[in-house]
Amino acid sequence: MSAKKFPVEAGHILMFARSIGDENPVYTDEEKAKATEAGGIIAPPTFVQASAQFDPDYFLRPKVGQPWFGSGKNPTGVVRAPGGGGGGGGLHAEQHYEYHRPLRAGDVLTAETKPGKTWEKEGKRSGKLIFSESVTEYRNQDGELVVTARGVGVRTERPVEQPAKKEA
Amino acid sequence: MALSASKLKVGDEHTARLVEDLKRTQIVQYAGASGDYNPLHTDEIFTTQVAGYPSVFAHGMLTMGMTGKMLTDWVGDARLTKYGVRFTSQVWPGDTLEAKATVKALTERDGVKLVEVDVATTNQDGVVVLSGYAEARVDP
Repeated sequence: MSAKKFPVEAGHILMFARSIGDENPVYTDEEKAKATEAGGIIAPPTFVQASAQFDPDYFLRPKVGQPWFGSGKNPTGVVRAPGGGGGGGGLHAEQHYEYHRPLRAGDVLTAETKPGKTWEKEGKRSGKLIFSESVTEYRNQDGELVVTARGVGVRTERPVEQPAKKEA
Repeated sequence: MALSASKLKVGDEHTARLVEDLKRTQIVQYAGASGDYNPLHTDEIFTTQVAGYPSVFAHGMLTMGMTGKMLTDWVGDARLTKYGVRFTSQVWPGDTLEAKATVKALTERDGVKLVEVDVATTNQDGVVVLSGYAEARVDP
């Protein structure tokens, strides 16, 4: 994910913290956050993933006037879902973060992504697996490195087989 | 709030229940907050009829985010230096997840005390859905 400008806003941190079920006031309450070691509102450890909102080309967001592969009148809005089996252009296999300094409400980040290695593996539950890695550096308004993120995506030949479901 | 190296030892564990009976609405909340609107997570019709899965399933990053809460509740705010995971199995609506951190090593870098932990999140059937590691600054 690349973004020229990723403003880290308190309201966005609040929504993100709620979505992961985290009610820690250091993410939502300015007064309480000031009294903590962090010294103010910070973002949760996985928040930089939300830079997707600020990537103009992010392909997992519907865009006005462009086909979208999710359902509407029909089960999919495109003739053939992108990617291989499983639809949706693949699955997330790994995610790694290194934290260099706290990410604070009010920071304005840039995100620069570089492709990494790609490799293949034969999977038991989904056929041939194609892995690809990308490394994103998040820097703040002073050019300081805040977070380094390394993600690994996987495209599967077919949907991942599920173990037999237990009867509830 | 923060942990002390002097009070930790290899093998110490911290556990937390992350979610009970995960709701589709929480997955929708995560899609909206994170910006990942992949229909595999929110669109039952697409996911069952086109993608061929039994139902929508959670973003791996939702599980990583919830597991991160277990870590930050334990090590303290803004204390993590590393956190990485592999997504080993899908998480479905209705799942109940438990996360565990196990102290692997106590180390020091540039005069800063650190704790290294193994991280695992498991569903109600005992299947590991996320497996990884974290490192955090601790007090002496």
